[in-house]
Amino acid sequence: MKLTVDGTVHEVDVEGEMPLLWVLRDELNIKGVKYGCGIAACGACTVHIDGEAVRSCQVAAEDVWGAVTTINGLGTPDAMHAVQAAWAEHQVAQCGYCQSGQMMQAAALLAAEPAPSDSAIDEAMRGNLCRCGTYPRIRAAVKTAAKTLAEG
Amino acid sequence: MGKVKTIARRSFLIGSAAVAGGVAFGVWRYKTPYANPLEAGLDAGEAALTPYVKIDASGVTLITPRADKGQGAYHVQAALIAEELDVALDAVKIDPGPPDRAYWNTALAPEAAEFMAPEEGFMRDAVTGVLSSVMKFAGMQITGGSTTVPDGFMKLRAAGASARETLKLAAAARLGVEASALRAEAGRVIAPDGTALTYEELATDVAGMEPVQDVPLRAPEDWRYLGKPMQRLDILAKSTGTQRYGIDFEIDGMVHAAVKLAPAQGGGLVRYDASAALGMRGVRGAYEVTGGVAVVADNTWRAFQAAEAVEAEWSAAPMPARMAEHWAALEAAFVPSHQDSRVRDDGDVDAAMVTGQVVTADYRAPYLAHAPLEPVSAVVRVANDGVDVWTGTQIPRFVQNNVAKIAGVEADAVRVHVLMMGGSFGHRLEDDVVRQAAEVAVQMRGVPVKLTYSRETDMAHDYTRQIAMAKMRGTVKEGRVEAYDLSIAMPSVIVSQMGRQGLGVPGPDSQIVAGAFEQPFAIPHHRVTGYRADPLAPLSSWRSVGASSNGFFYNLGLEELIEAAGADPIEERLRLASDPLAAKVLEAVAEMSGWDGPNMGPRRGRGVAMTRSFGVHCAQVVEVRDTDAGIQIDKVYVAAEVGRVLDPVNFENQVQGGVVWGLGHAMNCEITYENGVAEQQNFDAFEGMRLSQCPEILVRGLENGDAVRGVGEPPVPPAAPALAAAIYAATGVRLREMPFSKVVRFAG
Repeated sequence: MKLTVDGTVHEVDVEGEMPLLWVLRDELNIKGVKYGCGIAACGACTVHIDGEAVRSCQVAAEDVWGAVTTINGLGTPDAMHAVQAAWAEHQVAQCGYCQSGQMMQAAALLAAEPAPSDSAIDEAMRGNLCRCGTYPRIRAAVKTAAKTLAEG
Repeated sequence: MGKVKTIARRSFLIGSAAVAGGVAFGVWRYKTPYANPLEAGLDAGEAALTPYVKIDASGVTLITPRADKGQGAYHVQAALIAEELDVALDAVKIDPGPPDRAYWNTALAPEAAEFMAPEEGFMRDAVTGVLSSVMKFAGMQITGGSTTVPDGFMKLRAAGASARETLKLAAAARLGVEASALRAEAGRVIAPDGTALTYEELATDVAGMEPVQDVPLRAPEDWRYLGKPMQRLDILAKSTGTQRYGIDFEIDGMVHAAVKLAPAQGGGLVRYDASAALGMRGVRGAYEVTGGVAVVADNTWRAFQAAEAVEAEWSAAPMPARMAEHWAALEAAFVPSHQDSRVRDDGDVDAAMVTGQVVTADYRAPYLAHAPLEPVSAVVRVANDGVDVWTGTQIPRFVQNNVAKIAGVEADAVRVHVLMMGGSFGHRLEDDVVRQAAEVAVQMRGVPVKLTYSRETDMAHDYTRQIAMAKMRGTVKEGRVEAYDLSIAMPSVIVSQMGRQGLGVPGPDSQIVAGAFEQPFAIPHHRVTGYRADPLAPLSSWRSVGASSNGFFYNLGLEELIEAAGADPIEERLRLASDPLAAKVLEAVAEMSGWDGPNMGPRRGRGVAMTRSFGVHCAQVVEVRDTDAGIQIDKVYVAAEVGRVLDPVNFENQVQGGVVWGLGHAMNCEITYENGVAEQQNFDAFEGMRLSQCPEILVRGLENGDAVRGVGEPPVPPAAPALAAAIYAATGVRLREMPFSKVVRFAG
């Protein structure tokens, strides 16, 4: 089957029920997408499909309905997305393992709601676990990214 | 203290000591020097100046024996080096280094010594020195106990300074000028006439030179990096999804393994049938491993699926079948025959209990999983030229030895490559996943075998935080706390943990009373007794170890006595404080929070707690509201005494994370076993704190102490008791058992 990931079309030969997470990680070697729980309880595997934040561990390869964007397609160290730049500026990460999913969730939020309230941020981000407890910095980084995007 | 005298008299000994995050043990000869491990591995043209810094044509590399599991250990070590070596911080490359006993972690020793000699002074110093030697012999290269910063603070700066001055000597010889006329800057030695030689080009000259010793270190006011906000070296990678972790490691020809382990923790395999699994797509084989069956496939998901398809019969777990029996075993341990230690015994507690009105309470803390977000994994390749292991681990020396045994080779033939870790919290002080990967790899010689645990395997087969119980009794007199007797029972974490490494640990276990016996309060009659329960579920060190339960017990007991006395929780702690550093952190949180008592109006309240652990005094005030949606934690104020804040941004992040860790687990986490099977195996049942529940956390680092301390663990112990006190103030509900969700509901 064909998958469009980060702007590139890939032909993959996998079982239809293989979760997108594992297609990305093991078949396409896109390691920015993380495995944390496999049951949509942690958010580490969050990617965008046609701009919508989804848990890639819960999307079967055969059900992928649009273009996939991963953290590695959102931006790169040389050309960071506003959300990534805000994450760097606030030095959000400790172990950093959850942050790919956090940033993808935040990017989808800001695309849908450019100036989210505190409670909208809480609501949108509550499904993304961070075991290191970087939540205060995540909140601050989301606001910085919103400001950057608003300034264009 | 008979044991200490024995140690002092002899020069060749066997000894052991429980320490935070591990244990020191073994036969040692006092002050035996160890060879510089880098000298053995150097290629022509490379020079090693100390065990910590390598300079070659590619630049400056910090060889760090300390693992980075998310706490910024690599970064702070690089900053310590760069500060004295006169290189740009971002020019320092980092190599986790080979496992070697020369990397012994000295800073763990004072923690152990504190138990053997609770008073500062000669006895403490003597014991610390002896234990350092134990650890040096045993080669305990361990990352744990918040020791990276204390251990590296002198060593790494001295290494950088020695390297700098030796490079100057080499440049002086080349240029024919006095070394004293040279200066170093940005990775170059510069002569008065402006001639500059890079460290890279001097590297070969330096090879073979004796390093300059005893270089005076720069004063803090002259520091360029330390004490100032710095961008962590790993921040760009971790902000762009480009950081590679152990679970991301790939190498040509690698196969993917998954395991199906006995459902009951510690149970074994009786028989299995893998025929269904072997017929599945991509599956290459099935192998028996310790505790179960491994299936090898061509990707992770197929391996997971195939492992599930293995049919097996399992043996039972060597632990009680019901949680009620676990608690009963702790209850039964509060007897003289189980007494493990009574280091704190001030005044006359028994007499005080006869004369006063006695307050009593019991407290409980559950088993907890470590559950770092990255499940454990390991890649092992057994080949004719040696064995390679790629994994995120805090115990590379143990890994090296254990894999060597499985592969039937000498330890030196095993190369351990330590990879970045997606959290640990003590989880990676265990190495089951590496051993099982090695057990498969020896049967697939030449093929790199990657074993990845599913989240369910990782959580159900975690070696958990201790289950623990405490009994408090005490008296008050004229508005003051007069007597406080705290008894704590738990199985020994250290015995369980080291037992899996084949090591026995004689003597008392300081972690049974850590976070309680050494608290800086002068209560007239004060006693802390540790009771060692018989082994139950297997245990391991969990962020802040003994203090994670005991900080809760100690503060709650004190809280209830202060309430009985009718005193203010901060004022009475200040009155009792026996150590000026304790008073400073309490005064700081009182000032930060505008403390005027626990009551903040209808359905609102605040609570305070203070624990000294890992040498750090940490006080917290937690403010809560009892809303219709449940308890909302609004704010937390934290003051921690660390001697010196080396990296202010990372310091704040670490402290906030420790608070979230302490609060989140107290709110809603526990592991319970039914017939040995963990009833919580994923984050739907072991949730911790969500972002929507996170309070504002205001942090202040105090710098009054004379020693530099790490802050990974100390913010954890006071969080839960401060939250319990706040909930009591807001609702009148006294919480004596974690998790609190058994009794109250949390909003968010």
